[in-house]
Amino acid sequence: MLRAEDVSVRFDGAAALQDASLEVGDGEVVTVLGPSGSGKTTLLRVIAGLQAADSGRVVLGNTDLGSTPPHRRGIGLVFQDHALFPHRDVEANVGFGLRMRGDADERVSSRTTELLELVGLAGFERRSVGSLSGGEQQRVALARALAPEPRVLLLDEPLGSLDRRLRDRLLEDLGRLFDELALTAVYVTHDQTEAFTLGDRVAVMRAGHVVQVASPDELWAHPIDADVARFLGLANIDGDEVIRPEAVTVRPSPAGNATIERAVRTGPLVRLRVALDDGRSLDAAVTAVAHPEPGDRVDVTIDPEGIVRLQ
Amino acid sequence: MSTRSWRALTYGVPLAFLGLFFVYPLLAILDRGLRGDGDPPLDVLTDPVTREVVWFTVWQAFASTALTIAVAAPAAYVLGRYRFRGRSLVSAIVVVPFVLPTLVVALAFLAILPDNLERGWAPILVAHTFFNVAVVVRIVGTFWANLDPRVTEAAATLGASPAARAREIILPLLAPALAAAAAIVFLFSFTSFGIVLILGGPRYATIEAEIYNQAVRLFDLRSAAVLSIVQLVCVVAAIWVATRLERGLAVTGTLRAERDTLKRVRNRRDKLVVGVSLGGLGLFLGLPLAVLVERSLAVGGGHGFDAYEALTDRTSVLLAAPWEAIVNSVVYATAAAAIAVVVGGLAAFAVAGSRGSRGLDTLVLLPLGASAVMLGLGFLIAFDTAPIDFRAAPWIVPVAQALVAIPFVVRILVPTLRSIDPRLRDAAAVLGASPARVRREVDLPIVARGLAVAAGFAFAISLGEFGATVFLARPDRPTLPVAIFRFLGRPGELNLATAYALAVVLMTVTVVSVLLVERVRLRRGGWF
Repeated sequence: MLRAEDVSVRFDGAAALQDASLEVGDGEVVTVLGPSGSGKTTLLRVIAGLQAADSGRVVLGNTDLGSTPPHRRGIGLVFQDHALFPHRDVEANVGFGLRMRGDADERVSSRTTELLELVGLAGFERRSVGSLSGGEQQRVALARALAPEPRVLLLDEPLGSLDRRLRDRLLEDLGRLFDELALTAVYVTHDQTEAFTLGDRVAVMRAGHVVQVASPDELWAHPIDADVARFLGLANIDGDEVIRPEAVTVRPSPAGNATIERAVRTGPLVRLRVALDDGRSLDAAVTAVAHPEPGDRVDVTIDPEGIVRLQ
Repeated sequence: MSTRSWRALTYGVPLAFLGLFFVYPLLAILDRGLRGDGDPPLDVLTDPVTREVVWFTVWQAFASTALTIAVAAPAAYVLGRYRFRGRSLVSAIVVVPFVLPTLVVALAFLAILPDNLERGWAPILVAHTFFNVAVVVRIVGTFWANLDPRVTEAAATLGASPAARAREIILPLLAPALAAAAAIVFLFSFTSFGIVLILGGPRYATIEAEIYNQAVRLFDLRSAAVLSIVQLVCVVAAIWVATRLERGLAVTGTLRAERDTLKRVRNRRDKLVVGVSLGGLGLFLGLPLAVLVERSLAVGGGHGFDAYEALTDRTSVLLAAPWEAIVNSVVYATAAAAIAVVVGGLAAFAVAGSRGSRGLDTLVLLPLGASAVMLGLGFLIAFDTAPIDFRAAPWIVPVAQALVAIPFVVRILVPTLRSIDPRLRDAAAVLGASPARVRREVDLPIVARGLAVAAGFAFAISLGEFGATVFLARPDRPTLPVAIFRFLGRPGELNLATAYALAVVLMTVTVVSVLLVERVRLRRGGWF
């Protein structure tokens, strides 16, 4: 459906994208995961036609988009800070794309109502966008991008500016919406939970490169290198072996083979750092209410199933 | 100094100064105009000449505003969208015409126009455009540079063509800045004096120019006073409409820092857009001034410094040698700048300190709308009898010039004062500084730069001030603009060349002082 092939972009001599490639199938949601500055947003802007690529190409269906300007691409984009039109009310924001393609007024109005219902903002037509909360603005931005039925929807950290609880709720809504509408979408984020929750496949970006594209399970099972493993939060890296925290079992035992260095509760999980008597140190996670304290002697065993060899 | 006596000082001094030198003369005009010689002012109001003058004043102000916006638009676009080397320099240089004395601008256009075309409405409109283009370029350009480009990009991804984006997004979002700039250009064109007096010829006069004609040429102070009242009513009405319009257009959008919005000049198309826009504006602004210099050097068939050499000779045109006008101007303008900075500075502290009240704010800005010619006329009418017969006092000229400059001084200083983070003052107070000490250690150092800028602008404005000074300068103590006007009124090639030469001198002194100010200011925002 959508292919970006070997796209490179340089800003003032520094490479923002280097031979980045990404393929999205019909009805597929690909999430692009990477730290800030890794080129995620630039890749989206190249696909949308807002940023010219220095080399490489973008193909939609069977057409090379080449120098097609953004307003003729039929690609929707949800911006990070929403970028709503501040001088227009909610209805005029959502109906904008329909008006641009020349739909009749009744059609614009009925489709706007339909979309506002879809995103849970029925009755918001006359509200000014300045009076909306962050979450409502995000929903309007989504409705606006969906209204003209884009062939591909791009989303640039759409939940980035929202607080955590609101984000979790919108994340769920988004997932349902993607399924319901069978959208073809590229979703950019630096948040692993968002990437894994929404993506049929996850593309990991680093320093302008797409380094790995895989399903969430596959990515979790087989990170391509130590950096990806570390970025996914896998801390126990020993040469070309990664030991998952959940594969490390810790049992209190005065004899034991290790000592607890640190114990931090982060929510349901307690993260432990243990110093093995052989000099190595490991991260482990336990879910119990009671847990060992720093200085306690423990017995550590490692489930061989939980050891991943880097490719 | 205690907080209370500081308050008394910041309110008292400006109120006393403006009361005596602005409100009182204004009341004297109202009294003379409305009661006059016992007759109501109906005869002046119904005079067809008055009607013609008001009609011309209104339509030329609208036309000048439209033309200015059209000419300024490309440069405003370039400054609002592109980042390039010398961008801040361009935005500094573009201000120069705005601070040039109106007489210099008038003479530049007199110099560039063919002899048979020199009088009429067209050169007036073009000269107003030349003078005001900076207002639009700076206000609209700065505002544009702070608009979030992603809003426009969002429109593009929704299928809006470049033309649709301009119409549906950019224009509505720029509307408040356009309205603000248009209001200022309209006001300056409406009260235009020097340019109209010189380029308009006998047929075209604004209300401002007609006040001068009635008062000085026909010695009819009553008609002049009635016209002043008409002008005041028009200006107040225009300001009221503009304020309502701006409020109606205001949009609370997200503004961004320039570094996030401006794009680099990357390809040939960008280079062409930037080059043609700025080059065209540069030509429009530079050519008349270049021709002015050329004409000041023209003698007979060739070129020489004859007109400049003649500046040292006493002439019958002035009761002094022309070079003395340079000295007078610099002395007067220095005194005026000092008065304006002291009075305007204190007023700025008062205005900035009282966030809610707009009374003093409005009062100090009013002289701008009341116009220079009205101030001059007001002084003539108000200060003509003992014990307040000030007309011949040597300080009356700098006082009048300071009144014209004070609104600008306040405009420059209030935003600077308000931008001081109140927590800095709190921090100083918690560390043991008394209120007076806080002002000296926190406010003053931060405002010092603003004070320097304000003093420079006040000096430049006073240097070129013509409308009030022409009423008040003694015949043996002409300022540069007054001397230029006198030479222009006399026939003969040498007199014309001398007027051009004096205009070049005036331009040079003004430009040097303004560029010094801009050097202080260059790294800061705002446009005044």
